[in-house]
Amino acid sequence: MPIEIYLNVAASGLLTGLVYGLMALGLSVIFGVVRVVNFAHGEMMTVGMYIAILAFTMMGLDPLIMMIPIAAILFVFGYLMQAGLINPFINRPEHSQFMLLVAVALILVNLQLIFFGPDARGVQTSYSFDSYQIGPVIVDAAKVYAAGAALAVAGALFAFFRFTLVGKAIRACADNYHGALVVGLNVKQLYALTFGLGAACVGAAGAMLVPIIDVTPTIGPAYTLLAFVIVITGGLGSMPGALLGGVLIGVTEALGGVLFSPSAKSMFAFAILVLVLLFRPQGILGRKLS
Amino acid sequence: MIRHLLDGVPRAGIVMLLALLAALVIAPFLVGGYLLSVLFLILYFAYVGQAWNIMMGFAGQLSLGHSLYVGLGAYAAAALYVHFGISPWIGLGASIVISGLAGAVIGFLAFRFGVAGVYFAILTIAFAEFARIGFDHFTWVDGSSGFFLPVENYRQNDFWNLRGSPTMFYYLMLGMTVAALVLCHLLLKSRVGYYWLAIRESPEAAQALGINIFKYKMYAVVLSAAMTSLAGVVFAFYYNNLFPEQIFHISRSIELILGPIIGGVGTLVGPLVGAFLLTALAEGLREVMLQIGVEVPGVKQVFYGFCLLWVVIFLPEGVWPPLAKLLGFNKPERED
Repeated sequence: MPIEIYLNVAASGLLTGLVYGLMALGLSVIFGVVRVVNFAHGEMMTVGMYIAILAFTMMGLDPLIMMIPIAAILFVFGYLMQAGLINPFINRPEHSQFMLLVAVALILVNLQLIFFGPDARGVQTSYSFDSYQIGPVIVDAAKVYAAGAALAVAGALFAFFRFTLVGKAIRACADNYHGALVVGLNVKQLYALTFGLGAACVGAAGAMLVPIIDVTPTIGPAYTLLAFVIVITGGLGSMPGALLGGVLIGVTEALGGVLFSPSAKSMFAFAILVLVLLFRPQGILGRKLS
Repeated sequence: MIRHLLDGVPRAGIVMLLALLAALVIAPFLVGGYLLSVLFLILYFAYVGQAWNIMMGFAGQLSLGHSLYVGLGAYAAAALYVHFGISPWIGLGASIVISGLAGAVIGFLAFRFGVAGVYFAILTIAFAEFARIGFDHFTWVDGSSGFFLPVENYRQNDFWNLRGSPTMFYYLMLGMTVAALVLCHLLLKSRVGYYWLAIRESPEAAQALGINIFKYKMYAVVLSAAMTSLAGVVFAFYYNNLFPEQIFHISRSIELILGPIIGGVGTLVGPLVGAFLLTALAEGLREVMLQIGVEVPGVKQVFYGFCLLWVVIFLPEGVWPPLAKLLGFNKPERED
């Protein structure tokens, strides 16, 4: 096969990978601060995807415009979930937290199944068939817009954590739970805020993915898993790590799909995960595990 | 060891377990085919739950990829039977070796490099997913199109080749469940069992006391994997078809750990109680949906999800520990 094909596939994997990265960023932020693994992450993404599809088919609103209201809706959902359900579980053992979120995931998947049915749905935007050519590389316009939006959201989140007082307070909670309590931070509320932000990220990522992939209620668990793989590869709790992991996994899967068979592509993602866990368990950009 | 079989078990507990066993032994004479298949499923989940519990409940290592061992065990025995006509009673040796090795590899990689907690759980998922996709492309066992065992109408049970009636499988599963319960009880009374509990409660403290935590964690993983693979063998010969997409799927791993978690992690009776409750709940919901004529897919699972949520929130220890207290067993099964 000519080299152009590989370049095209790699470019497309890179762009999709940035959106994956944003999705994983949500998971990373939640785990990094709240120390709870969100096993309902992919399911929350499909919620965002279905809202985007409804808005498009009923009102003709573009998914990339809907991204902001969807992020807001998911923020509220995530905030309430942390405040109502997960906060009492903060000090419970891991398997207990896991069960809680598995139950939430089960409910979310099946509510979507009840409301939207098992058929795959997607949208045709006006730019669905547009593409850009840069030298020998041709990329889909939809993917370029999605990747751009993902970078913008990730940048905004990064700035929030870096420069705002609330963002600094959240990072303080992540660094030292008891210390944060001692200096009088309302940790439970900050946790709720963090979970809300993580949910907003994954909701926005869902909206961006709608023009690229079709959605069924049952794809949730696969994306939960993908988010784990990305976050661990990049380094749990590291924000640039999540984006880097997303790109790495996106490109690997895309190239693996061409070189071998498309159905075997997620094997490469898992192979990378195993390698990372073996040689750099803290992830590529993660801080050393204590 | 056998002399201590009944040490520390309350008399009322022995009576209750024996009564349950008696009821389960005579059940095939009393219930119809459908109920028998439900009972089989309960025993199946009780058995795999018990096997998983060794790793999580005793040694404190959270595995979310136990479908890997079920699948490897099922495929190994089934492939030997179909391709070479080897009896599953011999084939299960291969199942145990392959699954045990898989467990050893995962355990070695994880415990050597200090991968623990959530990271370990995700590593186990990764291996199961890897196997799922790998077997999709493994043509010797027909890949994603599924691997089938020859089926005919059996007038006589062929126990040697595990070909026969559901009743035969039921008794086999019952025997395995009882054996697993007794084994776990003995293990908890043994040196290894106490080491595991020490590691579960505090790996650092256990290590400081001179316990080789790597070795004992490995024992737990390999034993749990080998036991789980036997359930896979029964699964293969009972259902006669294997699909990588189903048997290795993460939902299978989750399904098989719900029982012990709902019943009570680290307890002996918990996996049994959890399997009974969850299977009865699932089948009961199915029946109710049938009666009231709701045919929308997903309604049952939503109820199921809310029931799980309720149990996790209000019974953090699982169902069994508070139930044991209620029934007046002064000494709860959980060895704290």
